[in-house]
Amino acid sequence: MPTVLSLSSVTKIYKSGQTALHEIDLVIEKGEIFALLGPNGAGKTTLISIICGLVSMTTGHVSVNGYDIIKDYRSARAIIGLVPQEISLDIFTTVEDTVRFSRGLFGKPNAPDYIEQLLRDLSLWEKRSARLNELSGGMKRRVMIAKALSHEPDILFLDEPTAGVDVNLRRDMWDLVRRLRDRGVTIILTTHYIEEAEEMADRVGVIDRGRLMLIEGTATLMHKLGKRRLTILLHQPLMTIPPALAHWPLQLDAEGSRLVYEFDANASDTSIPHLLRDIGAAGIDYTDLETSRSTLEDIFVGLLEGQI
Amino acid sequence: MSGFNLPGIWAIYRTEMARTRRTILQSVATPVITTVLYFIVFGSAIGSRMHQVAGVSYGAFIVPGLIMLTLLTQGISNASIAIYFPKFTRTIFEILSAPISSMEVVLAYVGAAATKAILIGLIILVTATFFVPVQIMHPAWMIAFLVLTALTFSLFGFLIGIWADSFEQLAVIPSLVVTPLTFLGGAFYSIDMLPQPWRTVSLFNPVVYLVSGFRWSFYGSGDVGVAASLIFVITFMVCCLALLSWVFRTGYRLKS
Repeated sequence: MPTVLSLSSVTKIYKSGQTALHEIDLVIEKGEIFALLGPNGAGKTTLISIICGLVSMTTGHVSVNGYDIIKDYRSARAIIGLVPQEISLDIFTTVEDTVRFSRGLFGKPNAPDYIEQLLRDLSLWEKRSARLNELSGGMKRRVMIAKALSHEPDILFLDEPTAGVDVNLRRDMWDLVRRLRDRGVTIILTTHYIEEAEEMADRVGVIDRGRLMLIEGTATLMHKLGKRRLTILLHQPLMTIPPALAHWPLQLDAEGSRLVYEFDANASDTSIPHLLRDIGAAGIDYTDLETSRSTLEDIFVGLLEGQI
Repeated sequence: MSGFNLPGIWAIYRTEMARTRRTILQSVATPVITTVLYFIVFGSAIGSRMHQVAGVSYGAFIVPGLIMLTLLTQGISNASIAIYFPKFTRTIFEILSAPISSMEVVLAYVGAAATKAILIGLIILVTATFFVPVQIMHPAWMIAFLVLTALTFSLFGFLIGIWADSFEQLAVIPSLVVTPLTFLGGAFYSIDMLPQPWRTVSLFNPVVYLVSGFRWSFYGSGDVGVAASLIFVITFMVCCLALLSWVFRTGYRLKS
Protein backbone atom coordinates (compact mmCIF):
# COMPACT_ATOMS: atom_id res chain seq x y z
CA MET A 1 0.00 0.00 0.00
CA PRO A 2 1.29 3.53 -0.70
CA THR A 3 2.59 5.64 2.16
CA VAL A 4 0.17 8.36 3.22
CA LEU A 5 2.04 9.78 6.20
CA SER A 6 5.74 9.82 6.91
CA LEU A 7 7.55 11.22 9.94
CA SER A 8 11.30 11.31 10.12
CA SER A 9 13.35 12.28 13.20
CA VAL A 10 10.56 14.44 14.59
CA THR A 11 11.60 16.07 17.84
CA LYS A 12 9.69 18.57 19.93
CA ILE A 13 11.28 20.55 22.73
CA TYR A 14 8.95 23.05 24.40
CA LYS A 15 10.15 26.49 25.49
CA SER A 16 10.18 25.21 29.07
CA GLY A 17 12.94 22.81 28.01
CA GLN A 18 10.70 19.75 28.25
CA THR A 19 11.36 17.29 25.44
CA ALA A 20 7.95 16.01 24.39
CA LEU A 21 9.10 13.91 21.42
CA HIS A 22 12.44 12.24 20.72
CA GLU A 23 13.41 11.50 17.12
CA ILE A 24 10.11 9.93 16.07
CA ASP A 25 10.12 7.91 12.84
CA LEU A 26 6.81 6.60 11.61
CA VAL A 27 5.29 5.53 8.32
CA ILE A 28 1.54 5.05 7.88
CA GLU A 29 0.10 3.29 4.87
CA LYS A 30 -2.99 4.38 3.00
CA GLY A 31 -6.20 2.87 4.31
CA GLU A 32 -4.89 1.46 7.56
CA ILE A 33 -6.16 2.04 11.08
CA PHE A 34 -3.24 2.90 13.31
CA ALA A 35 -3.64 3.16 17.08
CA LEU A 36 -1.19 5.15 19.13
CA LEU A 37 -1.10 3.92 22.69
CA GLY A 38 0.60 5.53 25.62
CA PRO A 39 0.03 6.82 29.12
CA ASN A 40 -0.91 10.43 29.88
CA GLY A 41 1.85 12.84 28.89
CA ALA A 42 3.54 10.31 26.60
CA GLY A 43 3.44 12.69 23.61
CA LYS A 44 0.45 11.32 21.66
CA THR A 45 -1.40 14.61 21.34
CA THR A 46 1.81 16.54 20.64
CA LEU A 47 2.56 14.17 17.76
CA ILE A 48 -0.90 14.61 16.25
CA SER A 49 -0.78 18.36 16.81
CA ILE A 50 2.50 18.64 14.90
CA ILE A 51 1.12 16.74 11.91
CA CYS A 52 -2.04 18.87 11.88
CA GLY A 53 -0.18 22.20 12.17
CA LEU A 54 -1.20 23.12 15.71
CA VAL A 55 2.27 22.74 17.22
CA SER A 56 5.61 23.55 15.59
CA MET A 57 8.19 20.77 15.61
CA THR A 58 11.70 21.60 16.75
CA THR A 59 13.45 19.37 14.20
CA GLY A 60 12.43 16.68 11.76
CA HIS A 61 10.34 16.25 8.66
CA VAL A 62 6.71 15.29 8.12
CA SER A 63 5.03 14.65 4.80
CA VAL A 64 1.39 13.88 4.11
CA ASN A 65 0.68 12.13 0.83
CA GLY A 66 4.12 13.33 -0.26
CA TYR A 67 3.44 16.96 0.68
CA ASP A 68 5.76 18.61 3.19
CA ILE A 69 3.59 19.92 6.04
CA ILE A 70 5.54 23.21 6.16
CA LYS A 71 6.27 24.00 2.51
CA ASP A 72 3.10 22.47 1.04
CA TYR A 73 0.90 23.03 4.05
CA ARG A 74 -2.20 23.74 1.98
CA SER A 75 -2.07 20.44 0.11
CA ALA A 76 -1.09 18.54 3.25
CA ARG A 77 -3.79 19.99 5.49
CA ALA A 78 -6.51 19.77 2.85
CA ILE A 79 -6.59 15.98 3.18
CA ILE A 80 -6.44 15.82 6.98
CA GLY A 81 -9.39 15.79 9.37
CA LEU A 82 -8.87 16.17 13.10
CA VAL A 83 -11.18 15.32 15.97
CA PRO A 84 -9.42 16.71 19.04
CA GLN A 85 -9.75 15.29 22.51
CA GLU A 86 -11.62 18.30 23.86
CA ILE A 87 -15.04 19.32 22.60
CA SER A 88 -14.37 22.81 21.21
CA LEU A 89 -17.35 24.39 19.51
CA ASP A 90 -18.87 27.81 18.98
CA ILE A 91 -21.97 26.95 20.96
CA PHE A 92 -24.05 29.80 19.53
CA THR A 93 -24.11 28.40 15.99
CA THR A 94 -26.30 25.62 14.63
CA VAL A 95 -25.17 22.10 13.76
CA GLU A 96 -25.51 22.60 10.01
CA ASP A 97 -23.84 26.01 10.01
CA THR A 98 -20.80 24.84 11.93
CA VAL A 99 -20.32 21.82 9.65
CA ARG A 100 -20.69 24.01 6.56
CA PHE A 101 -18.19 26.44 8.08
CA SER A 102 -15.63 23.66 8.47
CA ARG A 103 -16.07 22.53 4.89
CA GLY A 104 -15.60 26.07 3.60
CA LEU A 105 -12.58 26.63 5.82
CA PHE A 106 -10.89 23.68 4.16
CA GLY A 107 -11.44 25.22 0.75
CA LYS A 108 -14.33 23.07 -0.41
CA PRO A 109 -17.42 24.50 -2.11
CA ASN A 110 -20.75 23.99 -0.42
CA ALA A 111 -22.18 20.49 -1.00
CA PRO A 112 -25.65 20.23 0.56
CA ASP A 113 -26.13 16.58 -0.44
CA TYR A 114 -22.84 15.48 1.13
CA ILE A 115 -23.50 17.47 4.31
CA GLU A 116 -26.98 15.96 4.58
CA GLN A 117 -25.64 12.42 4.20
CA LEU A 118 -22.87 13.11 6.72
CA LEU A 119 -25.34 14.45 9.28
CA ARG A 120 -27.65 11.50 8.67
CA ASP A 121 -24.75 9.04 9.11
CA LEU A 122 -23.98 10.63 12.46
CA SER A 123 -27.64 10.81 13.55
CA LEU A 124 -27.47 14.61 13.50
CA TRP A 125 -29.85 15.41 10.67
CA GLU A 126 -32.86 15.88 12.96
CA LYS A 127 -30.78 18.30 15.02
CA ARG A 128 -29.36 20.24 12.09
CA SER A 129 -31.08 23.49 13.06
CA ALA A 130 -30.39 23.15 16.78
CA ARG A 131 -27.86 25.44 18.41
CA LEU A 132 -24.89 23.58 19.78
CA ASN A 133 -25.53 24.70 23.34
CA GLU A 134 -28.80 22.74 23.20
CA LEU A 135 -27.03 19.43 22.48
CA SER A 136 -25.87 16.73 24.87
CA GLY A 137 -22.18 15.93 25.28
CA GLY A 138 -22.50 12.86 23.05
CA MET A 139 -24.19 14.84 20.29
CA LYS A 140 -21.50 17.50 20.50
CA ARG A 141 -18.90 14.77 20.07
CA ARG A 142 -20.75 13.66 16.92
CA VAL A 143 -20.69 17.26 15.67
CA MET A 144 -16.91 17.34 16.19
CA ILE A 145 -16.63 14.26 13.99
CA ALA A 146 -18.97 15.72 11.37
CA LYS A 147 -16.83 18.86 11.23
CA ALA A 148 -13.66 16.80 10.80
CA LEU A 149 -15.27 14.81 7.98
CA SER A 150 -16.96 17.78 6.32
CA HIS A 151 -14.20 18.26 3.75
CA GLU A 152 -13.94 14.54 2.89
CA PRO A 153 -10.42 13.99 4.28
CA ASP A 154 -8.19 11.08 3.27
CA ILE A 155 -6.65 10.91 6.74
CA LEU A 156 -8.62 11.21 9.95
CA PHE A 157 -7.01 11.80 13.32
CA LEU A 158 -9.09 10.81 16.33
CA ASP A 159 -7.54 11.96 19.59
CA GLU A 160 -9.16 9.92 22.37
CA PRO A 161 -12.43 9.72 20.41
CA THR A 162 -14.38 7.69 22.91
CA ALA A 163 -13.09 9.18 26.16
CA GLY A 164 -16.08 9.81 28.39
CA VAL A 165 -18.74 8.66 25.91
CA ASP A 166 -21.40 6.08 26.63
CA VAL A 167 -21.32 2.53 25.31
CA ASN A 168 -23.80 3.16 22.48
CA LEU A 169 -21.89 6.11 21.13
CA ARG A 170 -18.63 4.20 21.41
CA ARG A 171 -20.11 1.35 19.35
CA ASP A 172 -21.45 3.88 16.80
CA MET A 173 -18.02 5.43 16.52
CA TRP A 174 -16.36 2.09 16.00
CA ASP A 175 -18.86 1.34 13.23
CA LEU A 176 -18.18 4.72 11.67
CA VAL A 177 -14.42 4.15 11.76
CA ARG A 178 -14.84 0.81 10.02
CA ARG A 179 -17.08 2.36 7.35
CA LEU A 180 -14.53 5.10 6.77
CA ARG A 181 -11.76 2.54 6.45
CA ASP A 182 -13.84 0.66 3.91
CA ARG A 183 -14.00 3.89 1.90
CA GLY A 184 -10.20 4.11 1.94
CA VAL A 185 -9.79 6.69 4.70
CA THR A 186 -6.65 6.26 6.78
CA ILE A 187 -7.39 6.53 10.48
CA ILE A 188 -4.94 7.34 13.22
CA LEU A 189 -6.34 7.23 16.71
CA THR A 190 -5.02 7.66 20.19
CA THR A 191 -6.85 5.89 22.93
CA HIS A 192 -6.76 4.89 26.54
CA TYR A 193 -9.13 2.03 25.81
CA ILE A 194 -6.79 -0.70 24.70
CA GLU A 195 -9.65 -2.98 23.72
CA GLU A 196 -10.53 -0.26 21.20
CA ALA A 197 -7.12 -0.61 19.57
CA GLU A 198 -7.31 -4.39 19.79
CA GLU A 199 -10.74 -4.40 18.22
CA MET A 200 -10.08 -1.98 15.38
CA ALA A 201 -6.43 -1.20 14.69
CA ASP A 202 -4.40 -2.86 11.96
CA ARG A 203 -1.22 -1.70 13.68
CA VAL A 204 -0.40 -0.23 17.06
CA GLY A 205 2.39 2.07 18.16
CA VAL A 206 3.35 2.34 21.81
CA ILE A 207 4.72 5.71 22.87
CA ASP A 208 6.14 6.51 26.28
CA ARG A 209 7.94 9.64 27.44
CA GLY A 210 8.18 10.92 23.87
CA ARG A 211 9.76 7.78 22.42
CA LEU A 212 8.08 5.31 20.09
CA MET A 213 8.88 2.07 21.83
CA LEU A 214 7.25 -0.29 19.37
CA ILE A 215 5.28 -0.34 16.13
CA GLU A 216 3.70 -3.61 15.17
CA GLY A 217 0.71 -5.14 13.46
CA THR A 218 -1.93 -5.81 16.09
CA ALA A 219 -2.25 -9.48 15.16
CA THR A 220 1.53 -9.90 14.91
CA LEU A 221 2.02 -8.23 18.27
CA MET A 222 -0.52 -10.48 19.89
CA HIS A 223 1.11 -13.46 18.21
CA LYS A 224 4.67 -12.50 19.13
CA LEU A 225 4.21 -11.15 22.61
CA GLY A 226 0.95 -12.75 23.63
CA LYS A 227 0.90 -15.35 26.38
CA ARG A 228 -1.67 -17.93 27.22
CA ARG A 229 -2.68 -18.70 30.71
CA LEU A 230 -3.97 -21.89 32.28
CA THR A 231 -5.82 -21.43 35.58
CA ILE A 232 -6.33 -24.55 37.70
CA LEU A 233 -9.15 -24.24 40.23
CA LEU A 234 -8.19 -26.31 43.29
CA HIS A 235 -10.51 -28.50 45.33
CA GLN A 236 -8.69 -27.60 48.58
CA PRO A 237 -6.74 -24.32 49.06
CA LEU A 238 -2.97 -24.58 49.33
CA MET A 239 -0.69 -22.58 51.65
CA THR A 240 2.29 -22.86 49.28
CA ILE A 241 3.25 -24.56 46.06
CA PRO A 242 4.38 -28.12 46.95
CA PRO A 243 8.13 -28.93 46.39
CA ALA A 244 7.14 -31.59 43.85
CA LEU A 245 5.87 -28.79 41.58
CA ALA A 246 8.71 -26.33 42.29
CA HIS A 247 10.28 -26.82 38.84
CA TRP A 248 7.09 -25.56 37.12
CA PRO A 249 6.67 -21.74 36.67
CA LEU A 250 3.43 -21.70 38.67
CA GLN A 251 1.84 -18.92 40.67
CA LEU A 252 -0.59 -19.38 43.55
CA ASP A 253 -3.25 -16.72 43.98
CA ALA A 254 -3.74 -14.87 47.27
CA GLU A 255 -6.54 -17.20 48.47
CA GLY A 256 -4.50 -20.30 47.58
CA SER A 257 -7.40 -21.65 45.55
CA ARG A 258 -5.98 -21.21 42.01
CA LEU A 259 -2.74 -22.21 40.36
CA VAL A 260 -1.80 -20.11 37.33
CA TYR A 261 0.49 -21.37 34.59
CA GLU A 262 1.60 -18.97 31.82
CA PHE A 263 3.05 -20.31 28.63
CA ASP A 264 4.06 -19.16 25.17
CA ALA A 265 0.94 -18.87 23.04
CA ASN A 266 2.84 -20.02 19.96
CA ALA A 267 4.71 -22.95 21.46
CA SER A 268 4.03 -26.30 19.84
CA ASP A 269 4.51 -28.12 23.15
CA THR A 270 2.74 -26.43 26.03
CA SER A 271 3.61 -29.26 28.51
CA ILE A 272 0.09 -29.02 29.94
CA PRO A 273 -0.55 -32.80 30.04
CA HIS A 274 2.78 -33.26 31.82
CA LEU A 275 1.93 -30.54 34.34
CA LEU A 276 -1.49 -32.02 35.06
CA ARG A 277 0.11 -35.44 35.63
CA ASP A 278 2.59 -33.89 38.10
CA ILE A 279 -0.26 -32.11 39.92
CA GLY A 280 -2.17 -35.41 40.20
CA ALA A 281 0.98 -37.20 41.40
CA ALA A 282 1.42 -34.54 44.09
CA GLY A 283 -2.01 -35.48 45.42
CA ILE A 284 -3.66 -32.18 44.50
CA ASP A 285 -7.27 -32.37 43.35
CA TYR A 286 -8.72 -29.74 41.04
CA THR A 287 -12.28 -28.95 40.09
CA ASP A 288 -11.90 -27.03 36.83
CA LEU A 289 -9.48 -25.65 34.24
CA GLU A 290 -9.64 -22.28 32.47
CA THR A 291 -7.48 -21.03 29.63
CA SER A 292 -7.18 -17.43 28.43
CA ARG A 293 -5.03 -15.40 26.07
CA SER A 294 -3.26 -12.23 27.23
CA THR A 295 -4.83 -9.01 26.01
CA LEU A 296 -3.18 -6.08 24.29
CA GLU A 297 -3.52 -4.33 27.64
CA ASP A 298 -1.32 -6.98 29.29
CA ILE A 299 1.25 -6.50 26.53
CA PHE A 300 1.03 -2.71 26.80
CA VAL A 301 1.48 -2.72 30.58
CA GLY A 302 4.33 -5.22 30.25
CA LEU A 303 6.07 -2.97 27.73
CA LEU A 304 5.78 0.10 29.89
CA GLU A 305 7.04 -1.80 32.92
CA GLY A 306 9.94 -3.22 30.93
CA GLN A 307 8.82 -6.79 31.43
CA ILE A 308 8.63 -7.56 27.71
CA MET B 1 -4.44 22.39 -3.24
CA SER B 2 -2.70 25.66 -3.95
CA GLY B 3 -3.42 29.32 -4.58
CA PHE B 4 -6.04 31.26 -2.75
CA ASN B 5 -8.50 29.70 -0.31
CA LEU B 6 -11.48 31.86 -1.22
CA PRO B 7 -14.08 29.47 0.29
CA GLY B 8 -12.09 29.56 3.55
CA ILE B 9 -12.03 33.35 3.65
CA TRP B 10 -15.73 33.47 2.81
CA ALA B 11 -16.55 30.88 5.51
CA ILE B 12 -14.89 32.99 8.23
CA TYR B 13 -16.29 36.27 6.88
CA ARG B 14 -19.83 34.90 6.63
CA THR B 15 -19.68 33.43 10.13
CA GLU B 16 -18.49 36.73 11.57
CA MET B 17 -21.23 38.66 9.79
CA ALA B 18 -23.77 36.11 11.02
CA ARG B 19 -22.59 36.83 14.56
CA THR B 20 -23.44 40.49 13.96
CA ARG B 21 -26.93 39.56 12.79
CA ARG B 22 -27.39 37.39 15.90
CA THR B 23 -26.35 40.24 18.15
CA ILE B 24 -27.92 43.05 16.15
CA LEU B 25 -28.97 45.03 19.24
CA GLN B 26 -25.50 45.00 20.74
CA SER B 27 -23.66 45.33 17.42
CA VAL B 28 -25.61 48.04 15.67
CA ALA B 29 -28.35 49.53 17.81
CA THR B 30 -26.12 50.32 20.79
CA PRO B 31 -23.53 52.45 18.94
CA VAL B 32 -26.25 54.17 16.94
CA ILE B 33 -28.30 55.03 20.04
CA THR B 34 -25.16 56.23 21.85
CA THR B 35 -24.28 58.50 18.95
CA VAL B 36 -27.80 59.88 18.75
CA LEU B 37 -27.47 60.77 22.42
CA TYR B 38 -24.24 62.63 21.61
CA PHE B 39 -26.09 64.62 18.95
CA ILE B 40 -28.92 65.46 21.34
CA VAL B 41 -26.61 66.47 24.20
CA PHE B 42 -23.67 68.06 22.37
CA GLY B 43 -25.26 68.94 19.06
CA SER B 44 -28.68 70.26 20.09
CA ALA B 45 -28.59 71.10 23.81
CA ILE B 46 -25.06 72.48 24.19
CA GLY B 47 -24.27 73.10 20.51
CA SER B 48 -27.26 75.42 20.05
CA ARG B 49 -25.65 77.85 22.51
CA MET B 50 -22.23 77.73 20.80
CA HIS B 51 -20.80 79.75 17.92
CA GLN B 52 -19.76 78.12 14.73
CA VAL B 53 -16.56 76.06 14.80
CA ALA B 54 -14.34 75.99 11.70
CA GLY B 55 -17.10 77.63 9.72
CA VAL B 56 -19.87 75.14 10.49
CA SER B 57 -22.41 74.69 13.28
CA TYR B 58 -21.12 72.82 16.30
CA GLY B 59 -23.57 69.97 15.70
CA ALA B 60 -22.28 69.51 12.15
CA PHE B 61 -18.67 69.95 13.31
CA ILE B 62 -18.81 66.93 15.62
CA VAL B 63 -20.27 64.54 13.01
CA PRO B 64 -16.90 63.43 11.51
CA GLY B 65 -15.41 63.07 14.98
CA LEU B 66 -18.31 60.93 16.19
CA ILE B 67 -18.11 58.69 13.14
CA MET B 68 -14.35 58.36 13.65
CA LEU B 69 -14.90 57.57 17.36
CA THR B 70 -17.29 54.78 16.33
CA LEU B 71 -14.97 53.47 13.61
CA LEU B 72 -12.07 53.19 16.05
CA THR B 73 -13.98 51.56 18.88
CA GLN B 74 -16.04 49.27 16.66
CA GLY B 75 -13.08 48.23 14.50
CA ILE B 76 -11.01 47.38 17.55
CA SER B 77 -13.75 45.61 19.52
CA ASN B 78 -15.12 43.64 16.54
CA ALA B 79 -11.75 42.33 15.45
CA SER B 80 -10.36 41.68 18.93
CA ILE B 81 -13.38 39.64 20.06
CA ALA B 82 -13.50 37.85 16.68
CA ILE B 83 -10.08 36.27 17.19
CA TYR B 84 -10.11 36.16 21.00
CA PHE B 85 -13.36 34.16 21.13
CA PRO B 86 -11.98 31.16 19.14
CA LYS B 87 -8.92 31.26 21.39
CA PHE B 88 -11.14 31.29 24.48
CA THR B 89 -13.36 28.44 23.25
CA ARG B 90 -10.31 26.63 21.75
CA THR B 91 -12.04 26.44 18.37
CA ILE B 92 -8.93 28.18 17.03
CA PHE B 93 -7.52 24.68 16.44
CA GLU B 94 -9.72 24.44 13.37
CA ILE B 95 -8.34 27.64 11.86
CA LEU B 96 -4.74 26.65 12.61
CA SER B 97 -5.17 23.19 11.08
CA ALA B 98 -6.96 24.40 7.95
CA PRO B 99 -5.31 24.93 4.55
CA ILE B 100 -5.61 28.68 4.87
CA SER B 101 -2.75 31.16 5.04
CA SER B 102 -2.31 33.59 7.90
CA MET B 103 -2.93 36.53 5.59
CA GLU B 104 -6.18 34.94 4.40
CA VAL B 105 -7.25 34.53 8.03
CA VAL B 106 -6.45 38.19 8.69
CA LEU B 107 -8.27 39.25 5.54
CA ALA B 108 -11.41 37.37 6.61
CA TYR B 109 -11.52 38.48 10.25
CA VAL B 110 -10.33 42.04 9.68
CA GLY B 111 -12.50 42.36 6.59
CA ALA B 112 -15.58 41.36 8.58
CA ALA B 113 -14.70 43.64 11.50
CA ALA B 114 -14.05 46.57 9.16
CA THR B 115 -17.28 45.91 7.24
CA LYS B 116 -19.27 46.09 10.46
CA ALA B 117 -17.47 49.27 11.55
CA ILE B 118 -18.05 50.93 8.16
CA LEU B 119 -21.74 49.96 8.13
CA ILE B 120 -22.23 51.42 11.59
CA GLY B 121 -20.27 54.53 10.58
CA LEU B 122 -22.54 55.00 7.56
CA ILE B 123 -25.67 54.44 9.66
CA ILE B 124 -24.45 57.13 12.04
CA LEU B 125 -23.78 59.46 9.11
CA VAL B 126 -27.32 58.95 7.84
CA THR B 127 -28.68 59.38 11.39
CA ALA B 128 -26.73 62.64 11.74
CA THR B 129 -28.49 64.13 8.73
CA PHE B 130 -31.75 64.01 10.73
CA PHE B 131 -30.25 66.28 13.39
CA VAL B 132 -27.76 68.58 11.68
CA PRO B 133 -26.96 69.83 8.15
CA VAL B 134 -24.08 67.67 6.92
CA GLN B 135 -22.13 68.33 3.75
CA ILE B 136 -19.38 66.19 2.23
CA MET B 137 -16.97 68.24 0.10
CA HIS B 138 -14.66 65.35 -0.83
CA PRO B 139 -16.80 62.18 -0.88
CA ALA B 140 -14.08 59.99 -2.41
CA TRP B 141 -11.65 61.02 0.33
CA MET B 142 -14.37 60.53 2.93
CA ILE B 143 -14.84 56.94 1.77
CA ALA B 144 -11.05 56.45 1.59
CA PHE B 145 -10.57 57.64 5.20
CA LEU B 146 -13.56 55.62 6.34
CA VAL B 147 -12.25 52.39 4.80
CA LEU B 148 -8.59 52.94 5.68
CA THR B 149 -9.35 53.79 9.30
CA ALA B 150 -11.77 50.89 9.73
CA LEU B 151 -9.24 48.44 8.26
CA THR B 152 -6.30 49.84 10.22
CA PHE B 153 -8.00 49.77 13.59
CA SER B 154 -9.53 46.39 12.90
CA LEU B 155 -5.97 45.17 12.31
CA PHE B 156 -4.99 46.78 15.61
CA GLY B 157 -7.95 45.09 17.32
CA PHE B 158 -6.96 41.75 15.80
CA LEU B 159 -3.51 42.17 17.36
CA ILE B 160 -5.09 42.96 20.73
CA GLY B 161 -7.26 39.83 20.43
CA ILE B 162 -4.20 37.66 19.77
CA TRP B 163 -2.23 39.26 22.59
CA ALA B 164 -5.05 39.11 25.17
CA ASP B 165 -5.10 36.17 27.54
CA SER B 166 -8.26 37.24 29.36
CA PHE B 167 -11.38 39.33 28.83
CA GLU B 168 -9.83 41.96 31.11
CA GLN B 169 -6.78 42.27 28.86
CA LEU B 170 -9.12 42.44 25.89
CA ALA B 171 -10.77 45.56 27.35
CA VAL B 172 -7.74 47.27 28.83
CA ILE B 173 -6.25 48.89 25.69
CA PRO B 174 -9.57 50.06 24.19
CA SER B 175 -10.78 51.54 27.48
CA LEU B 176 -7.53 52.89 28.95
CA VAL B 177 -5.74 54.00 25.79
CA VAL B 178 -8.01 54.30 22.77
CA THR B 179 -11.06 55.96 24.34
CA PRO B 180 -9.06 58.72 26.14
CA LEU B 181 -7.02 59.40 23.01
CA THR B 182 -10.23 59.60 20.98
CA PHE B 183 -11.91 62.03 23.35
CA LEU B 184 -8.75 64.16 23.45
CA GLY B 185 -8.23 63.83 19.71
CA GLY B 186 -10.45 66.65 18.56
CA ALA B 187 -13.68 64.69 18.08
CA PHE B 188 -15.66 67.36 19.97
CA TYR B 189 -13.44 70.40 19.43
CA SER B 190 -10.80 71.88 17.17
CA ILE B 191 -7.36 71.73 18.73
CA ASP B 192 -7.05 75.43 17.80
CA MET B 193 -9.48 76.01 20.67
CA LEU B 194 -6.91 74.63 23.15
CA PRO B 195 -4.41 76.87 24.96
CA GLN B 196 -0.71 76.14 24.69
CA PRO B 197 0.99 73.83 25.58
CA TRP B 198 -2.02 71.47 25.12
CA ARG B 199 -2.32 72.41 21.47
CA THR B 200 1.25 71.19 20.84
CA VAL B 201 0.77 68.15 23.09
CA SER B 202 -2.31 67.21 21.04
CA LEU B 203 -0.18 66.92 17.92
CA PHE B 204 1.35 63.81 19.50
CA ASN B 205 -2.10 62.23 19.71
CA PRO B 206 -2.52 60.02 16.63
CA VAL B 207 -6.30 60.31 16.71
CA VAL B 208 -6.00 64.03 15.96
CA TYR B 209 -4.70 63.13 12.50
CA LEU B 210 -7.54 60.70 11.85
CA VAL B 211 -10.30 63.08 12.94
CA SER B 212 -8.69 66.00 11.15
CA GLY B 213 -8.33 64.17 7.83
CA PHE B 214 -11.88 62.86 8.02
CA ARG B 215 -13.27 66.27 8.95
CA TRP B 216 -11.36 67.81 6.02
CA SER B 217 -13.19 65.43 3.67
CA PHE B 218 -16.49 66.82 5.02
CA TYR B 219 -15.85 70.55 5.39
CA GLY B 220 -12.54 71.20 3.58
CA SER B 221 -10.59 72.19 6.69
CA GLY B 222 -8.86 70.33 9.50
CA ASP B 223 -6.47 70.80 12.39
CA VAL B 224 -3.53 69.30 10.45
CA GLY B 225 -2.82 68.84 6.75
CA VAL B 226 -4.66 66.06 4.94
CA ALA B 227 -1.37 64.59 3.72
CA ALA B 228 -0.18 64.22 7.33
CA SER B 229 -3.46 62.42 8.16
CA LEU B 230 -3.09 60.06 5.27
CA ILE B 231 0.56 59.32 6.04
CA PHE B 232 -0.35 58.58 9.65
CA VAL B 233 -3.12 56.09 8.78
CA ILE B 234 -0.99 54.27 6.23
CA THR B 235 2.05 54.17 8.54
CA PHE B 236 -0.03 52.76 11.38
CA MET B 237 -1.52 50.16 9.04
CA VAL B 238 1.95 49.09 7.85
CA CYS B 239 3.12 48.81 11.49
CA CYS B 240 0.10 46.59 12.34
CA LEU B 241 0.73 44.40 9.29
CA ALA B 242 4.42 44.03 10.18
CA LEU B 243 3.53 43.04 13.74
CA LEU B 244 0.92 40.56 12.48
CA SER B 245 3.42 39.06 10.10
CA TRP B 246 5.76 38.49 13.07
CA VAL B 247 2.90 36.99 15.11
CA PHE B 248 2.10 34.43 12.43
CA ARG B 249 5.76 33.70 11.68
CA THR B 250 6.52 32.96 15.33
CA GLY B 251 3.11 31.58 16.32
CA TYR B 252 3.06 34.07 19.22
CA ARG B 253 0.16 33.15 21.56
CA LEU B 254 -1.26 30.89 18.83
CA LYS B 255 1.07 27.89 18.59
CA SER B 256 3.32 26.24 21.15
